[in-house]
Formats: sequence, structure tokens, C-alpha cells
Amino acid sequence: MRIVCPFCGERELGEFTYLGDAKPVRPTAGASEDEVFDYVYLRDNIAGVMSENWYHGGGCRAWLKVTRNTLTHEISAVEPAAGAGAAKVGA
Amino acid sequence: MKYSIFSLARAALSGHKNWQPTWRDATPKDRYDVVIIGGGGHGLATAWFLASEYGIRNVAVLEKGWIGSGNAGRNTTIIRSNYGLPGNTGFYELSMKLWERMEQDLNYNSMVSQRGVINLYHSDAQRDAYARRGNTMRINGIDAELLDLAAVKKMIPFLNYDNARFPVQGGLLQRRGGTARHDAVVWGYAHAASGLGVDIIQNCEVTGFIRDANGKVTGVETSRGRIGAGKVGMAVAGSSSRVAAMAGLRLPIESHVLQAFVSEAIKPLIPGVMTFGAGHFYVSQSDKGGLVFGGDIDGYNSYAQRGNMPVMEDVCEGGMALMPMIGRVRLLRQWGGIMDMSMDGSPIIDKTPVDGLYLNAGWCYGGFKATPGSGFVFAHLLARDTPHEEAARFRLDRFRAGAMIDEKGQGAQPNLH
Ligand SMILES: Cc1cc2nc3c(=O)[nH]c(=O)nc-3n(C[C@H](O)[C@H](O)[C@H](O)COP(=O)(O)OP(=O)(O)OC[C@H]3O[C@@H](n4cnc5c(N)ncnc54)[C@H](O)[C@@H]3O)c2cc1C
Ligand SMILES: [Zn+2]
Repeated sequence: MRIVCPFCGERELGEFTYLGDAKPVRPTAGASEDEVFDYVYLRDNIAGVMSENWYHGGGCRAWLKVTRNTLTHEISAVEPAAGAGAAKVGA
Repeated sequence: MKYSIFSLARAALSGHKNWQPTWRDATPKDRYDVVIIGGGGHGLATAWFLASEYGIRNVAVLEKGWIGSGNAGRNTTIIRSNYGLPGNTGFYELSMKLWERMEQDLNYNSMVSQRGVINLYHSDAQRDAYARRGNTMRINGIDAELLDLAAVKKMIPFLNYDNARFPVQGGLLQRRGGTARHDAVVWGYAHAASGLGVDIIQNCEVTGFIRDANGKVTGVETSRGRIGAGKVGMAVAGSSSRVAAMAGLRLPIESHVLQAFVSEAIKPLIPGVMTFGAGHFYVSQSDKGGLVFGGDIDGYNSYAQRGNMPVMEDVCEGGMALMPMIGRVRLLRQWGGIMDMSMDGSPIIDKTPVDGLYLNAGWCYGGFKATPGSGFVFAHLLARDTPHEEAARFRLDRFRAGAMIDEKGQGAQPNLH
């Protein structure tokens, strides 16, 4: 598996770190216990196309949003993630 | 059939042409008291203990592929009970005790080999952590020995003791740990369970749940038709999220790939199972001579059942750090298996919020050694509707309740466990 970083070009997997499913959105300060539990612990764990957060630590050090098929490892899109850090991604 | 020295001799004298199939390949009935989804080690062990311990024999095990096609036949076969946290310690020891009598119980040679498991340590802090774990084990009646450098050198003289960065300082040894022949474990359970009347149904994929007006699960839809059930137990290893989703459940689980590697056969070298504590590398030698080894998971969600290069490289580097002389040994085979990684790295054995549906999931690195114990406690749960005391902490709601069993102290980040 290789990832085409929008800033650095095609690089080998070892340069990147995985954060996980990009879908869960950090709850706001007033969120209920259920919402926090859901965000921290529950996952769709998709068998198929999934949107996920990767960090290009061995390159430009940007957070990326990668669209990848978990059944085949095929990557269909890589975009810069919103915001600067993991906590802000998708927020 | 019953195996004995005479049955072996008889088969040998007749040119090994008269062996009988070891279990009945059953066709599904309309209804069972208990239906188990997943014909891996855990599902089959559950069925065996339901029949042998709890007297429930109207049981079916439904397997979408063939017996042993999942992780039961893909793992590196290590068994041990050297866990430190309450919940794990007692459970894995229960499992170890069942390994020790498995062959007699099942009348099947699963080649349980207690050749010893040693975890090497490379720093003072790691020694202290291992000493503590060893003490926890001994307090709980489990064997553990903390070895110093001289003792390790005597036992494993060929390690690289000149590694300046990760010097071997000693190790924590569990002599009762070791390996078992993974395929024979599933064949043995299938053989014994089938002998007690359990139906083992291969090529039968569960595609949905049948539910009554109150939402209770009353059966399953399968590729071979509808099958009614008093209770349904899931033991589908890396497919837990997918099967649970058919009942509308979301789980605290991600699916990750773990790779295994086998080298060409060499003369006997590795005495038992060794783990390199400064990285993640574990190795044993199969009875055929191949070095069997592995390391970390690949680190991202996967259902692809194959791994990627960075982990291969990392695993081989771990091996080379410990034993530079294996650098000229050729790698023969490599494969991947899909495992459940739960949010704290520990298993889940519990009723689900859906009436009639029971869950056995979240098995990561520890799932093979857990096979007999998992079957025993899951059968208990299915038969009695209360958790077995050694599995009472493997609750599904422990994440919400803050009662995690996080051996590695990594928090809710499955790829780091
Ligand atoms: C490479 C590797 C090395 C490992 N090494 C070790 C080790 O050394 N020691 C250790 O303790 N553990 C190890 N493990 C972990 C261990 O192998 C697993 O946790 C354990 O085998 C899982 O339980 P199981 O045997 O029941 O799973 P499986 O054998 O995977 O059984 C689950 C079964 O469910 C079936 N199934 C799935 N969905 C459906 C459906 N819808 N309908 C019907 N059937 C279905 C699958 O086909 C499968 O056969 C390793 C795992 C891997 C991948
Ligand atoms: Zn980059």
C-alpha cells in the first residue's frame, strides 16, 4: 500500500501513522454521556470504502483524509484534512 | 471413531486406507436449542462444552467456509497464561488448565507442547514490570520464573548479547506455556462435539437474524435456509462487527490484520517460545523445523486478509536484533488474518442488548491460547444465562462503566494494543 500525499506525492506506507475512522466527530462540551461513549468507543468498522485520518509524519507532517477500501486496501482519494490537528479534523 | 494405539496400528497395517472422517458433515435441521455462528476454535469449543459440561446437545455450529479456515488455522500457535490484570489472569489460566487435559478430553492429538515461553527484558524498568507480572501470576497459583542474564545465557546461548542499544538483561519464563497444533485443535473439537450429537455445518453463511415481535432473536437466515434457535451465540472472530450489524448493534471493535511468517526448515534451534521485549517479535520453531514468527498488527482497519511491507520489515528487524545469524535463513511463507481489536485489547463475552443473542468477540493476539477457556465460559453463559466467574469482567458495557482491562495501558486506540 502506498499513499499519494497531496503535498509530497506518492510515498511508502511506513511514512504515515493511522488515527482511524474519520467519521466520529468530537462531541461539544455540553454533550451527553451517551454521545461521548459513542465517540470514544463505538465504531462502524466498515468492510468496504471508509474515510480515515492519516498523519504524514515522515513527510510534510500534515493530517490527511484518505478514502480507502478496507477489503482490498485500494485508495481512491487523499485530501488534506480540515484544521491543523486530529482533534479538529471533521469539526 | 475412537483413537487408540490399536486404531493407529490397525490403520498402519491396512496402509492408512481405512481412516473414517473425524466428524459428521451435517445438514441443517429446522431448529436447535443453541446455534453457534462461526466454526473456528472458539465456536467449536463452545459447542463441545455445551454438550459435554452443560448437557445441551441439540446444538449446531454454522461455518461459512470450512472448519479452521479462519484464524484458528492462521495463528502462530502460542499458548500461555502470563497475564497481569484481574480478569485476564484467572481466565487465561483456566484456559491453560484446559489445554493440559485437552487431548484426554477430546480423544484427539492436538500436539500440546509445553516447551516454555520466555519474555526477554532489556531495561531495569522492564525487569521491574516483568517481576511484578510474575509475582501476580504466582499469587494466583500460576508458574512464573524471573531469570537473570546468566540463566538466560545458559538456556538460549545463541542470542545477540552484544546489542548495545537493547541489551538482553534477563527474562520472565513460564515453563507451562508453549504451542499446540492449531488445525488439530479445531479438528479435535469438531470430532468430539460431533460425537456427542452436535451438528457441524460447513459452507453455511449466516446472512441475517430472525426476530419475533419483541425483537428477540429466534433464529438465523443462512445461505442454506432459515434455522430456528432458542439462543444464538456469535464466535466469528474478525467478523464480529459485520455479523453484529445484522442485529443492529455497533461494537467497540475494529478489524485489523495480523501477519505470520514461516522460514525454511532448519535443525532444532529455538527451545521454546521467545519474545523480544524491546520491539514486538515472537518466535518458536515448528516440529517440522520452520521458524514461526510474528510481531505487530499492520495498524489500520483491514478486512483484506493480507499484510503490508512495513510490518514485515519491522518483524524481520526484530528477529535480526535478537539472532543476527538467522539473516541467511529464507522466508518461506507469510500470510495475514483478520482479528477483532477491541478498544482495550481484551475480549468481550456477554449477552448483547438483543434478547437471545450472545457475543464472544474482541480476540486479538490472545485468541488462540484462549480457545478452550473461551469455549468453556461461553458455554456457561449460554447454558446458565450468567457469566462464568472467570469471565465476569469481559462485559460489553465495561467501556461505558470505565472498567477497562487494558494490559498495555494504551487507551481506546485499537491499533496500539
Ligand atoms: C497471524 C496470526 C497469528 C496469531 N497468533 C496467535 C498466537 O500465537 N497465540 C494466540 O493466542 N493467538 C494468536 N492469534 C489470534 C487467534 O488466532 C484468534 O484470536 C483466534 O483464533 C480467534 O478465534 P477463532 O479460532 O474462533 O476464530 P476463527 O477461526 O477466525 O473463527 C471464526 C469463524 O467464523 C466464520 N464466520 C465469519 N462470519 C460468518 C458468518 N456470517 N456465518 C458463518 N460463519 C462465519 C469464519 O469463516 C471463521 O471460520 C493470531 C492471529 C493471527 C491472525
Ligand atoms: Zn506529505
